[in-house]
Amino acid sequence: MTTTSPADVAPPPVAGPGPGFTGLFASEWTKIRSVRSTAWTLILFVVITLGFTALFTWLTVSNWNGPKAGPRDARVVIDPVGFILGAGLGLGQLTLCVLGVLVITTEYSTGVIRASLLAVPRRLWMLTAKCVVFAVLLLVIAEVVAFGSFFIGSALLHSHVPVSLSDHNVTRAVLGAGLYLTVLGLFSLAIGGIIRHTAGAVTTAIGVVFVLPILSGLLPSSWGAHVNGYLPEQAGTLIGQAVPPAGGNVLSAWEGFGVFCLWAAVLLAIAGYLLQKRDA
Amino acid sequence: MIEVRDLTKRYGDKVAVDHLSFTVEPGRVTGFLGPNGAGKSTTMRLILGLDYPQSGTATINGQAYHDLARPLATVGALLEAKSVHPGRSARNHLLFLAQTQRLPRTRVDEVLDLVGLREVAGQRAGSFSLGMGQRLGIAAALLGNPQVLLLDEPVNGLDPEGVLWIRNLIKQLASEGRTILVSSHLMNEMAVTADYLIVIGRGKLITESSTADVIARSTDQSVRVRTPDAARLTQLITEAGGKAAPGGPARQGDPPGDNGAELLTVTGLHAAQVGEIAAHASIVLHELTPVASLEEAFMELTSGSLEFGQHGTASVSAAEGSTR
Repeated sequence: MTTTSPADVAPPPVAGPGPGFTGLFASEWTKIRSVRSTAWTLILFVVITLGFTALFTWLTVSNWNGPKAGPRDARVVIDPVGFILGAGLGLGQLTLCVLGVLVITTEYSTGVIRASLLAVPRRLWMLTAKCVVFAVLLLVIAEVVAFGSFFIGSALLHSHVPVSLSDHNVTRAVLGAGLYLTVLGLFSLAIGGIIRHTAGAVTTAIGVVFVLPILSGLLPSSWGAHVNGYLPEQAGTLIGQAVPPAGGNVLSAWEGFGVFCLWAAVLLAIAGYLLQKRDA
Repeated sequence: MIEVRDLTKRYGDKVAVDHLSFTVEPGRVTGFLGPNGAGKSTTMRLILGLDYPQSGTATINGQAYHDLARPLATVGALLEAKSVHPGRSARNHLLFLAQTQRLPRTRVDEVLDLVGLREVAGQRAGSFSLGMGQRLGIAAALLGNPQVLLLDEPVNGLDPEGVLWIRNLIKQLASEGRTILVSSHLMNEMAVTADYLIVIGRGKLITESSTADVIARSTDQSVRVRTPDAARLTQLITEAGGKAAPGGPARQGDPPGDNGAELLTVTGLHAAQVGEIAAHASIVLHELTPVASLEEAFMELTSGSLEFGQHGTASVSAAEGSTR
């Protein structure tokens, strides 16, 4: 390996303002795009979501009026867009939970957090930039996938239940599904920031999103429904349905999304507080 | 300039840094010497704002690390613990750091050339050898062309060529007027690299002075003598080729009063020789104690810090290697 002396290298310009957020955004974008786990998880997200949307919709259509299909078919007729979006995203969202966690826990597992904080000792700036860059990336991909799911699903369902974006609340539901997934990513990132270990954080995120609703379903119905309605996943996914679910929910679509955002905001605040307070 | 004032850090009930104060001046290489577990890495993390002290302050050019507007343009650090994602290329690692400081992309290639990693810059850092990883760490430290550098055990695990490269680089950087703090647990390494030494053990300052001074002192054996007939003994010791100076540092177990006896610190003669001289002249001695040299004190601390058991008989460098 050949080396030159440090004196041969001209000093970089020192003038100009401090780094500012433009530099931090660029830096977080470089971080997120330069590891393979990002691309792999996002590819998995797209394939699983679109694949299962097509599979479930096709199965439903090919078993239309089949045995025991009555209540299900009725639900599809009432809220076709909710059915289509729920089919693939229900599974696909798992990958975004994992990615959200990885975006921050790999900094701890690899020690990159030390390099990051040496470069940006204002720790909350670093976390903010990371959240913004990750949210923008997710929003773009999640909206593309939400619309893709809708078009695949509606095409397959067309012969039985025609549904289009101009139908009541349908565009809101499709856009809303993308919004939900974006906030879910931030929700998971916050859990990753609090727990700092990949396995523990992934387990927690998935537990909160998938297992809590099942547990709260075991509660006595009167207040069980209320607890259930405010759980992150239950509240957040309301926005992806054009018609409120059978039996109703205690929250409206936008209220539900607001509650979910509040969950994410509180967790991010805790993550930020702990990042600021703990030794790196 | 780095100023550490009364810095204390505890992890649980274990004290890692204990009321430590020192100053690192520009234009020379300051060695930060101490056995493993003495608190060198912790002190560096405290200076860099990665860990928070329970008390005390650490400033760089008068500012806390947290308050530096473009920290990498002021301070460069090579930490002992890995801080690179093994799946990220060397270039992207340096790029994301450069972007936080709004440094131009060309600066990344400049430091890659500087450390000789240009050809492998696109490879995943996880595929790098220990030496290449260390070079990448140096590249990151030099990215912002900082005036202050903190290097934690930079030669650890390097082959002789790598060791020589780092030594020359450090000397050159110091000759350019930079402030450089280099830690090591090896006195020999410090002897050839550092101009000035800060020696710590168990989180406390043991001594600080120029390297030449420390080496001179650590080879000088001294003997503490307490006698009522100090004047005559001083004369006899001088005649025998030794040197006796009145007084000496207080030690645990010193008698409360001096009981008419005076304390002398003798150099150039062994304790046995001093005893024989005194016996021939029938001079009463109240105390005759060989004083451990700095090197011995250092070794004592070193063996004390290897309290984990399995390294009991291993050499310091072997123990260090196994912790990586």
